[in-house]
Amino acid sequence: MIINLILLFGLILAALWTVMTVRLIRSIVGLALTSAILSVVMYRLHSPLAAVFELSVCSGLISVIFVTTVSFTQRMSKEDLLIRRKERFLKYWYLPIILIVTGLLLSRYLLTPQFTLIALEPVKGVDVRNLLWNTRHLDLFGQVVMLLAGALGVVVLFKESKK
Amino acid sequence: MHLFGVFSIFIILLLITGIYCMLVSFNLIRVIIGFEILVKAATLLIILAGYVCGRTALAQAIVITLIVIEIVVMVVAGGVALWAFRHNKNIDPRSLGNLKG
Amino acid sequence: MLSLFILAPLVLLFVLNLPINFIGKLAFWLAGVLFFSQVLLVLLHSVFAWSAYPDFLNSFFIFNLYIDNLTRVMFLTIGIVALVSLIVAQGTIVQERQKFNFVNLLLICVIGMNAIVLVRDVFSLYVFIEITSVASFILIALERNKSAIEGTFKYLILSAIATVFMLTAMAFFLLAAGDLSFAAIHSAFYNPGASSILKLAAGLFLCGLFIKSGVAPFHGWVPDAYSAAPACVSVLLAGITTKVAGVYVLLRLFGSVFILSPAFANILLFAGAFSIVLAALAALTQDDFKRMLAYSSISQIGYIILALGCGTPLAFAGAVFHFFNHAIFKSLLFVNAAALEKQSGTTDMNKLAGVGSKLPVTGFTSLIGMLSTAGIPPLSGFWSKLIIIIALFSAGKFVYAGIALLASVLTLAYFLSFQRRVFFCKPVLAESTLSTLGNAGRTTFGLRFCEVSLCIITVVAGILIVFIHNNGILPLRGIFW
Repeated sequence: MIINLILLFGLILAALWTVMTVRLIRSIVGLALTSAILSVVMYRLHSPLAAVFELSVCSGLISVIFVTTVSFTQRMSKEDLLIRRKERFLKYWYLPIILIVTGLLLSRYLLTPQFTLIALEPVKGVDVRNLLWNTRHLDLFGQVVMLLAGALGVVVLFKESKK
Repeated sequence: MHLFGVFSIFIILLLITGIYCMLVSFNLIRVIIGFEILVKAATLLIILAGYVCGRTALAQAIVITLIVIEIVVMVVAGGVALWAFRHNKNIDPRSLGNLKG
Repeated sequence: MLSLFILAPLVLLFVLNLPINFIGKLAFWLAGVLFFSQVLLVLLHSVFAWSAYPDFLNSFFIFNLYIDNLTRVMFLTIGIVALVSLIVAQGTIVQERQKFNFVNLLLICVIGMNAIVLVRDVFSLYVFIEITSVASFILIALERNKSAIEGTFKYLILSAIATVFMLTAMAFFLLAAGDLSFAAIHSAFYNPGASSILKLAAGLFLCGLFIKSGVAPFHGWVPDAYSAAPACVSVLLAGITTKVAGVYVLLRLFGSVFILSPAFANILLFAGAFSIVLAALAALTQDDFKRMLAYSSISQIGYIILALGCGTPLAFAGAVFHFFNHAIFKSLLFVNAAALEKQSGTTDMNKLAGVGSKLPVTGFTSLIGMLSTAGIPPLSGFWSKLIIIIALFSAGKFVYAGIALLASVLTLAYFLSFQRRVFFCKPVLAESTLSTLGNAGRTTFGLRFCEVSLCIITVVAGILIVFIHNNGILPLRGIFW
């Protein structure tokens, strides 16, 4: 339980840093760090395969894609940067305060023992690999079609137009 | 302390962070990052629901497919943001305000 | 046999992308044959009895696909609108490369929509809704001009918020029912301990679907996306994509899966009535033809939501019939917009004044389409609106029936003002400009063929209402639990 709490606090702090940091590259690194901590939390919730997927895909692949996309754009000029820093500080200092206040309010309501849930019978002996490859064929088909759509999107959207 | 309660508080905080990032941002790439944080919160909620009711296998199958879908949506969003940059020479969401009425 | 509906477009997609020289030019014809065969398979299902064929593909793939009457109506609609959109693309897109990309993306969109109407599982439904949405994003941004990028980005952000709502709802379904298939969720509603969590989950899913279908107050992306998209993509979006990915899912879920408690019924009724009135009032003030048609789409979808909230089997059948009619007449109106835009290069109604003298077919068919939208007998729009209003009266919701009746008057108002401004008044432009316009881009045969055939479908569906009532509407009532 203590480990879970430490991990969850780390998750929120990493997400907060991702949102509030000024430079875009640090924000992308923060997103990768958030994914890594989320992956460890998922492992603690008895979901190892999803944790591995999240780690390799969201921590690795998405960061690469983001950095590639950002590299097509260009840096802001110096004056813009100074104006942005001031505007950003004015807009973003609300966020940690909102988070702390909401967290305290919710913990008064959600942590009382009367908050019970439905108890369902756990299904025994079902493995993820069996379930995914034997019963959920339609989802796998959907993944294939989605990747084709993504490939077409890259072809349509990332090409420079010949002017 | 009840496990579901603790986790759900943090999930709600993560959702608020993601929504705040999407609403208040000067940069289209940050809007996409905010969307990613929202989807991570939803992923954590699905895994948590699977753990609490004992169906971890189904929850993991859902999350694996979900991650693939979110990558493709994010790549398309990045492509659209790139074209907005090429038209407007800056990636400010406030300059996307042409169509009105 | 059912999996052919989703596998055949995929096979065609692979075939079209093989590195053989002449296949790219055949893309239009091959895709046209595929959509036409889909329409034929539905219309002749009693003759061929194709659902009874043994499914030899089942030994390889275990797709849990089911078909019933609602699915058949959807297949017919998807086939017709996809075929119309393909013919419009052939007529309006100039570059070969863009046409090829359009056909590829249209095939992916059709795979997504066919699968949405065939599945019986909430997560698979979500996967194919996302596929359809991603194909639509790329289609709207096909020509990469400035307003298209803006329309796509607004649609993308609102669709992302809808995604998060739907995922959160799915987590709660998993918690309450243990499995995400329709049967499991439906039986979990009868379990007394689970009902509050299920109601919360159904409410969250409803918010996500309202955003996807463009119901007020979540309709912000609809006018921008419809007006900024290229002409053929507007036909596809307004006719089928937004409606299958949003309104059909609402019809299926609230018809057979969720129990329609009074709270949900009131939310649906109020949202429907609000959409009808707000969109009709906003359409009165528009200058751009495609934006006006987009607000008119929001208004007609409000009728379908209003009928769903009514809660009786007759209202459900009326909602599905109005779905089909709206796909036909809204596609017809968007094809007219495509013809006008190709002829004169603009969709601004002030600049288009009097152009109608050069386009007699477009003028006549747009008049038929608008009369059908407003609900004038004996066209098909009148019958579906009549069924909805009768169902509302017999369920006792007099205020909502009155709103639906009065909104027809508003619909007639904005459409007649459009007709007067574009087709039946004296030309504003100089005579020389008009004559150069007339020679510059004649409406092609393909566009005229689409307009005339959609117009014929509207008129015939209205006149043959008794036949349609016995064969089409009465069997639909059995779906509503």
